[in-house]
Amino acid sequence: MMNEATRPPKPLAAGQAPDFVQVVDVVKKFGDAVAVDHVSLSIRKNELFALLGSSGCGKSTLLRVIAGLVPPDSGRILVDGQDITELPPYRRPVNMMFQSYALFPHMTVEGNVAYGLKREGVGKAELRERVAAALELVQMSRYALRKPHQLSGGQQQRVALARSLVKRPKVLLLDEPMSALDTKIRRQTQFELGNILYSVGVTCIMVTHDQEEAMTMADRLAVMNDGRIMQIGTPDQVYEAPTCRFAAEFIGSTNLFKGALAGDESRLFDCADLHVPLQVHNPMNARKGHEAQISVRPERIAISHRPAQQECNWAVGTVEQYAYMGSYTLYYVRLGSGRLMAVDVSRMAVRAMERAPDYGDTVYLSWESDCTVVLEK
Amino acid sequence: MNLRAPAWLDPWLPSGRTLVIAAPFAFLLVFFMVPFAAVLKISFADVRMGVPPYTPIAELRDGALHITMNLDHYATAVTDPLYVGSYLYSIEVAALTTLLCLLIGYPACYLIARSDPSRRNLLLMGVMLPFWTSYLIRVYAWIGLLKNQGLINGFLLGAHLITQPLRLYHSNWGLLIGMVYNYLPYLMLPLYAHLVRMDTTLLEAACDLGARPWEAFFSITVPMSRRGIVAACLLVFIPAVGEFVIPEILGGSNSLMIGRVMWDDFFVSTDWPSAAAATTAMVVLLLLPIAWFQRIQRREMGSG
Repeated sequence: MMNEATRPPKPLAAGQAPDFVQVVDVVKKFGDAVAVDHVSLSIRKNELFALLGSSGCGKSTLLRVIAGLVPPDSGRILVDGQDITELPPYRRPVNMMFQSYALFPHMTVEGNVAYGLKREGVGKAELRERVAAALELVQMSRYALRKPHQLSGGQQQRVALARSLVKRPKVLLLDEPMSALDTKIRRQTQFELGNILYSVGVTCIMVTHDQEEAMTMADRLAVMNDGRIMQIGTPDQVYEAPTCRFAAEFIGSTNLFKGALAGDESRLFDCADLHVPLQVHNPMNARKGHEAQISVRPERIAISHRPAQQECNWAVGTVEQYAYMGSYTLYYVRLGSGRLMAVDVSRMAVRAMERAPDYGDTVYLSWESDCTVVLEK
Repeated sequence: MNLRAPAWLDPWLPSGRTLVIAAPFAFLLVFFMVPFAAVLKISFADVRMGVPPYTPIAELRDGALHITMNLDHYATAVTDPLYVGSYLYSIEVAALTTLLCLLIGYPACYLIARSDPSRRNLLLMGVMLPFWTSYLIRVYAWIGLLKNQGLINGFLLGAHLITQPLRLYHSNWGLLIGMVYNYLPYLMLPLYAHLVRMDTTLLEAACDLGARPWEAFFSITVPMSRRGIVAACLLVFIPAVGEFVIPEILGGSNSLMIGRVMWDDFFVSTDWPSAAAATTAMVVLLLLPIAWFQRIQRREMGSG
């Protein structure tokens, strides 16, 4: 896999095993459709790891394979050194928070949280204590005797979290934890949930289609497409240094250029859309003429009424369209080649200009080489 | 053309909603309450020769209205060992039928509800298929299976599993087999409808939390389908108590269920008032489980 190449991985904290959860070459097919296609992953202890992808990319299936709800066609799952591939779900040291929460409607909040401990045969006193502690953790003690349908969506989510944490699993699986919540409380819940998970110190694997959710909550994330992992890294690694076109386009938006290497092992690419070569951060280990996609994030591009004082990485065009987005303004600039470029200009930058660019203005765009990223595929 | 009634009439006109709800009530009023009132009336009358074979309750004699309500038949209906015995026997047979139907039907319903959606209808069809033939013919067909030289005994004798034919026909066994056979679909259809709607992620959640499949079944599936179980059981129990054809055809001479006793009262000894009193007593007896069911349902509605 092409991962973590660009930046050193986050240093391991004390007690963090590098390979606490290992997914080894897992394949799962449903009929002819390959849901999970030779996926391998290593997840550290106490890390919050996100599987990010659009619906149908196989992320939920992979999560269910780890939970034991779906048997893999091949491959192994290891948790804390133990091979759990053959274990039924009820014997795995893994608990899952379901997308719909799957709270038992005929039991109280307390009954739901106690369910897993009762199956374990935990003694009465300890059971009461652990249930109370779990409800305390998610601030639901007051609602212990309510039935799930008497709770709001956010409260149900917290009960589901308490229920899956109370058994002290080695790995907590979160299936689209925010999808059933209103957008309004979603952002706040992301931080709350993250805080609870950090305070408990549990290894988490979260599935989400929402890049913002993954970026906010996860220590590291894997971008998935078509059952395969496209890139693994910390949120800023994947955002700033995408290694493939899918990751660059899936997380945030980007301007992609098709370029040809200007010389052997060069940092310069010739691009048909631009008058000047594109200069990238690192020299590319390939021969002259090698073609590649190059990504430049819209918010890394500076806009000006005057030509930029640099030889590479600039373009000139006319403002075709712009949209006020609140914290920034999105400009669409048409280049001479007919190519349209997106540029996000912050409020501050717009105010610093003597005149905000308007429709039809000729503008100069420029960017640094450290945000000009070659995509490997 | 304007079909709207004048505005001043509005408060007196029933809404569409009222009409829709009123339709089944009107039907029940005409075809259940009115006949039941007639039965109630007969139960207070006396036997006499003639048409109808009972005395009138209210008579106008010498300008005075005489109302004669005979309570003797009720006294008989609740004390006579023949009646009391047949009530108890009816309830016993109905309860046993319901229990057996549940033991056979619940696992079957569960498996059908959990099977591949494309196969469910086929399997359900198998449950309902016998209904396409006449009830009486199906009951008579059981004679061919149950009698001493019938298919079942023939097979068991032929396989040397038994040396004497089992006494199935005209016995309590035959009665029970026929009852279970006939009432099983009444239990399975509502129960299936209940089970198929159940959210399977709840079972996955139970399994994830450490429940073995059988634990998940007893702690999640069964409690969640309790309302379906009660409804389905009542749907079997109540008509089974009054069942008359199956004990008549397949049962032994000692299987005196209440339906058979009433038949004899009405058509053999022409004692309508006794039969009517026994019917009323039976209805009161059956109201108890229905009231219990309604209480459970109200409680469940109240708490989810």
